[in-house]
Amino acid sequence: MHNPTILIIDDEPPIRKLLEITLQANDFKTVMATTAKEGLTLAAMHPPDLILLDLGLPDDDGQNVLAQLREWYTNPVIILSVRSSEEDIVRALDHGANDYLVKPFRTGELVARIRSALRLSQGAAHVPVQAFGNLSVDLAARTVRKNGEMVKLTATEFSLLKLLVRNEGKVLTHAFILREIWGPGYTQHPEYPRVFIGQLRKKIEDNPNQPSLILTESGVGYRFVGVGN
Amino acid sequence: MFFGKNPNPSSGRQYAVSLAAIATVALACYPVAGVIGYRSVALLLLFALSLLSLRMSLYPMMAAAMVSALVWNFFFIPPQFTFQIHSVEDGLMFAMYFIVALLNGVFSARIRRAEELARQKEERANAAKLYDTLFNSLSHELRTPIASILGASDNLLTHNRLSEEIKQNLYVEIGASGERLNRLVDNLLNMSRLDSGFIQPKLDWCDLGELIFTVTRGLEKELQHHRIVVDLPDDLPLFKLDFGLMEQVLTNILHNASLYTPAGGEINIKSYFAENQCFVKIKDSGPGIPAGEIPHVFEKFYRSKNAQTGGLGLGLSIAKGFVEAHGSTICVENAAQGGAVFTLRIPTEVLSVQMPKDE
Repeated sequence: MHNPTILIIDDEPPIRKLLEITLQANDFKTVMATTAKEGLTLAAMHPPDLILLDLGLPDDDGQNVLAQLREWYTNPVIILSVRSSEEDIVRALDHGANDYLVKPFRTGELVARIRSALRLSQGAAHVPVQAFGNLSVDLAARTVRKNGEMVKLTATEFSLLKLLVRNEGKVLTHAFILREIWGPGYTQHPEYPRVFIGQLRKKIEDNPNQPSLILTESGVGYRFVGVGN
Repeated sequence: MFFGKNPNPSSGRQYAVSLAAIATVALACYPVAGVIGYRSVALLLLFALSLLSLRMSLYPMMAAAMVSALVWNFFFIPPQFTFQIHSVEDGLMFAMYFIVALLNGVFSARIRRAEELARQKEERANAAKLYDTLFNSLSHELRTPIASILGASDNLLTHNRLSEEIKQNLYVEIGASGERLNRLVDNLLNMSRLDSGFIQPKLDWCDLGELIFTVTRGLEKELQHHRIVVDLPDDLPLFKLDFGLMEQVLTNILHNASLYTPAGGEINIKSYFAENQCFVKIKDSGPGIPAGEIPHVFEKFYRSKNAQTGGLGLGLSIAKGFVEAHGSTICVENAAQGGAVFTLRIPTEVLSVQMPKDE
């Protein structure tokens, strides 16, 4: 089985070192770039399976790098960013980034995010019947069972759950959810995702006030985690 | 001290005020000069000058001395309406009037200058003391975790016969110190964000249960020995808030509560909607706040006398700063049954959770 190659674009030597050690210890191959220019060149020469992109690069804004990558590169891009720049994160996610991590991050979290992004990009989530703890979702039959019992979902709730399940492990921004479920005309109803996520939690979570399946990413959106986060 | 912090009105105004005062006294004396005698008028003018010298600076005072001497001479000393003085006595009085008036101005200015210098010196001494205290506590707070990281990594690098258990402890210590540094830097960054005045709340619909859970999850480690009770009505509407700001506010308050609540104690978080405001109440079961300290707990760098733990005294002042940037208020009181209660009042739009039309 081939080991996925990950291109790291980050200008900080200690972070590069940490990422290299962590990823190699988890059987990934790593390629390093310290500037935006070098990153774009390396990505074009040997397209990697995934790119870790720092937003604060010395020679160019990471957002521009992302935009240029997305003109041709379809594998996952995960953004690394410093704290308190939710707007940058949301912008990157809405412009083609698959996920993000805020520095300082825990390496366990990093590896989990990389694995889930790679799994999604390989289409593994398109299995029709999936189980998450005591919840099972049949995307083909459009049925949901909790502890073996049928859960009654409305059409919108089911579409939302399907969107979340199909993107398991990935953060979805409010704007993305709104667009995917209600279409581009509903931007004047930014409350819809909150309302429906709230409803969905009441039906599928063991304790809706302490969700373990649909997690809130503060200021960004929601993330569906299978089990045991 | 006779005067406030700013004894000197602008100099143009000083000249105007001096002249007006002299004119007023002169006009008031003019009709009664015959009764009280023109020499008493000189004393009244001098009295007015003495009062003026409490607030005026040197040059306006000198001008006032000169003008008042001339006014006295012209309007009061016989022969009136001339600058001539006929008697030796009057000449002497006029000369003495002029000198006394000038000295009056000079000495007042000197006294004031000395007082001003003393005040500045005192302010500088206070600022230096505050800076020292801050600097000491900041360097202590920064160096403690750094020392423990360096110490732990030195041990791991140089002693290759450490037991697995000791190694494990050292790794945990490095992680904990990193987290402590991270929280400290977050607080310092938030503080400078507040000081820069650039906080623009981004209001968006928020589920308060979601917000509270996000906060308690982030503080899992700090709250692991406490009983967290969340009390929310089922029909709590969505509120229009800045999720990130409120997350930081509640995190700081809860972190504070966790420091003062003994292991096994309860921390109660309650929210409800009333009077067009979202209320959030956080009640701990610690010792409460000593009465004299309540007005100070939100001050920057204020540390309670009872504080058992380290810290810079920034958490609650950041919470208050963020709450105010959000157009909301925060207060604290001691509960009747003991423990401190922090109350947030957030004026907000609400959205009752009525389902949008669903097919």
